[in-house]
Amino acid sequence: MQEVKREALIARAAELLENGTVDRVLGWKAGEFDYDLTPALFHSAGELESDFVWNGFCGANFSKYLVKETGKSENKVLVFLKPCDTYSFNQLLTEHRFSRDRVYAIGVPCEGMLDAGRIKDSAEGIASVREDGDHVLVETLYDGTLTLDRTSLLPDRCRNCKSKKHVAYDELLGSDGEVLDSHRFDEVEQLERMTPDERFAFWQNELSRCIRCNACRDVCPACTCEKCVFDNPNSGVENKAAANSFEEKMFHIIRAFHVVGRCTDCGECSRVCPQHIPLHLLNRKFIKDIDQFYGDYQAGAEVGSRAPIVNYSAGDLEPYEAVERGGSDA
Amino acid sequence: MQVNGYKPLIVAFCCNWCSYAGADLAGNNRLSYPADVKIIRVPCSCRVNPMFILRAFQRGADGVILCGCHPGDCHYTSGNYYTRRRMALLFSMLDYLGIERERTRVEWVSAAEGAKFAATMNEFAEKVASLGENKRLEDLRCKK
Amino acid sequence: MRKLSLDKLDALFAAISATNTLYLPVDTKAGARFERWESGKTLSTALNTVRSAKDFFFPQTENLMDFKVEGKSIEIIDTRTESEDFVLFGVRACDVKSFEVLDRVFLADPVDTYYKNRRDHGVIFSMACTRPVESCFCGTFGIDAANPGGDVACHMTDDALYLQANTDKGQRVLDSLDSLTEACTTEVVDEQNALIRERLARLPLADLSAEAFGSGKTAEYFDAPEWKQLSESCLGCGTCTFVCPTCQCYDIKDFNTGHGVKRFRCWDSCMYSEFTKMSAGQPRLTQLERFRQRFMHKLVYYPTNNDGLFSCVGCGRCVAKCPIHMNIVKVMKTLGGREHA
Repeated sequence: MQEVKREALIARAAELLENGTVDRVLGWKAGEFDYDLTPALFHSAGELESDFVWNGFCGANFSKYLVKETGKSENKVLVFLKPCDTYSFNQLLTEHRFSRDRVYAIGVPCEGMLDAGRIKDSAEGIASVREDGDHVLVETLYDGTLTLDRTSLLPDRCRNCKSKKHVAYDELLGSDGEVLDSHRFDEVEQLERMTPDERFAFWQNELSRCIRCNACRDVCPACTCEKCVFDNPNSGVENKAAANSFEEKMFHIIRAFHVVGRCTDCGECSRVCPQHIPLHLLNRKFIKDIDQFYGDYQAGAEVGSRAPIVNYSAGDLEPYEAVERGGSDA
Repeated sequence: MQVNGYKPLIVAFCCNWCSYAGADLAGNNRLSYPADVKIIRVPCSCRVNPMFILRAFQRGADGVILCGCHPGDCHYTSGNYYTRRRMALLFSMLDYLGIERERTRVEWVSAAEGAKFAATMNEFAEKVASLGENKRLEDLRCKK
Repeated sequence: MRKLSLDKLDALFAAISATNTLYLPVDTKAGARFERWESGKTLSTALNTVRSAKDFFFPQTENLMDFKVEGKSIEIIDTRTESEDFVLFGVRACDVKSFEVLDRVFLADPVDTYYKNRRDHGVIFSMACTRPVESCFCGTFGIDAANPGGDVACHMTDDALYLQANTDKGQRVLDSLDSLTEACTTEVVDEQNALIRERLARLPLADLSAEAFGSGKTAEYFDAPEWKQLSESCLGCGTCTFVCPTCQCYDIKDFNTGHGVKRFRCWDSCMYSEFTKMSAGQPRLTQLERFRQRFMHKLVYYPTNNDGLFSCVGCGRCVAKCPIHMNIVKVMKTLGGREHA
């Protein structure tokens, strides 16, 4: 259950539309079911009233849409940002990917999103989903209404939420939270403790499911290249095909590497993967290594910070030391 | 270099200013190192994109070594410092994916270090030979 | 109609796999998927597999031929091997229908012999859906989940499996299983079908109609202003096309192995920026045009070329998997419900 209610968001958005601060609102639009919301633009109070939604299924991170949206008009666009979205927002500003003065950002507190996949694991045929405090009531087509524990339905990224603090906004609805002491590297450490053979088997199994739909790349707020190397027929690596297990490894290693120091760990890649590949474990490994090798660094925590991958110091550790230190079996 | 009749294929990326000259010096001094070390000259070690390393494995390399000027001696002032960070992260990731850590290496070799170049290549080739063929980053299509 | 007690299900699978490779939906941590049956594997209870069954006839990648280059001579090597006979068990009505959609593309002149080879060797055991879910809308396209078709149609109750051969190919496989099954009347199945049809009628998308679309409607929808708003948030990923049982676009590529060339075919997606790229560039420059292409193809172009048959089967995979939840249902409701100009 979210602290700030839908009505409060709509009221404030309507006000800002009315007084001309913004001329459109980027928000979540109701779908056929309670869980299939689509990012959409709203232009009037009426549109907001009929279709705008704010609930546990508003997982989509809007930051990346701002790149395209701010290019369309000099007028401001209103955007709602959850705490994790604000990190991506700052990171894109750091990379000069959109103009700050064309955005009016409202921070909204987040109590964690819901994973429709997890609901479907426990409920077959969903007629409706309603949040009620710590519970989620799921009306099913055949088995009556189920009461599920809300925390059991949190997606992986929210279970290990890194921050409830907004690092960017023009105004905040509700209260701001704190940077959390999360356990987000636990899974990475668990993998590090395995033997190389076990790790290889783990990743081979996970990555072999990849269908190269590119959803992880296309949703990623750090992947904003105009032309991706994997889309360029002249690159020699352009390949839609998962023709060989090498292709999948190459794609995922390089994709993760391309966002080193820029990935804010928003978790969108894992959310959208149709094959449930834990892609965030690749990004988190890089984040964990950076923290360990070059000092703590959180991409997007502030605008203009210099990522460790584009920085150096004379006393940096050597690659062989990194491998020894990165893996805990040394 | 041979272990049980198996000769590994090694790709060595060498920076134009130091390591490639070091390889030259090794040759001039008639120091021997395995013929299966294929040298690719790059303008600076930081020209090496992580994809080059993976592609070398794809095309049949059993080990990939990257050689550049010693830290502080880069012809472009700071290129090799970036290389160092980049490869630290990349190698750690490869290790995380279960790929043998001995298959990749970074070594700083100056133009005066012909002996170091030859010794490094001998040692690296021996190490890779003991690991056997690269199976974990292979592309079956490229196998003969 | 034949009947098999469910405690003999494993025996049935063993008997089928004695003569055919048997694939059936198996549960994994990432949802159900078709896997080769071997002793110990159990049939998934999930409604459908994450990936569609089209992979068996039109795989994501396939090696078409190899070229061996020596000096100035090029040797062409046919890499095809004769497919083995296989049985695809537990295919839902929507996926069964998708084979018809694919057939019209790949078996039309000139026949795609790679596809045909696999099609000839595959026997489809379909499965009626007793518990369709909210994202199902096969009925919209005239598909009856109670009568799933295929070579052998199956119905499963709490204690038995009912099998009905629809084709000679299916009959032959069914005949070989005679010792396990017994003849029965259609009573139980009829009863189940009545229940299924009642459930289908109550699904949230039961009233979704495709009437507004179909053959010859290109001019009506091509320039519809709604495409802008519908495609606005599309990420341009290929999830919808790759989980879709009827998407059939592919690309043919030559892969330089360093000592020859492998020509292979792989799925392509009209959502991708380099889709059907030609020397003059891409024919569809913006995501709006790519997005429109996909849905126009499903709802208008394909029916225009194929006697009104839609190339959507209402399986609901795109509804479940699109990262931003834009899907054919929303497109149909938005465009179909508009006032016609």
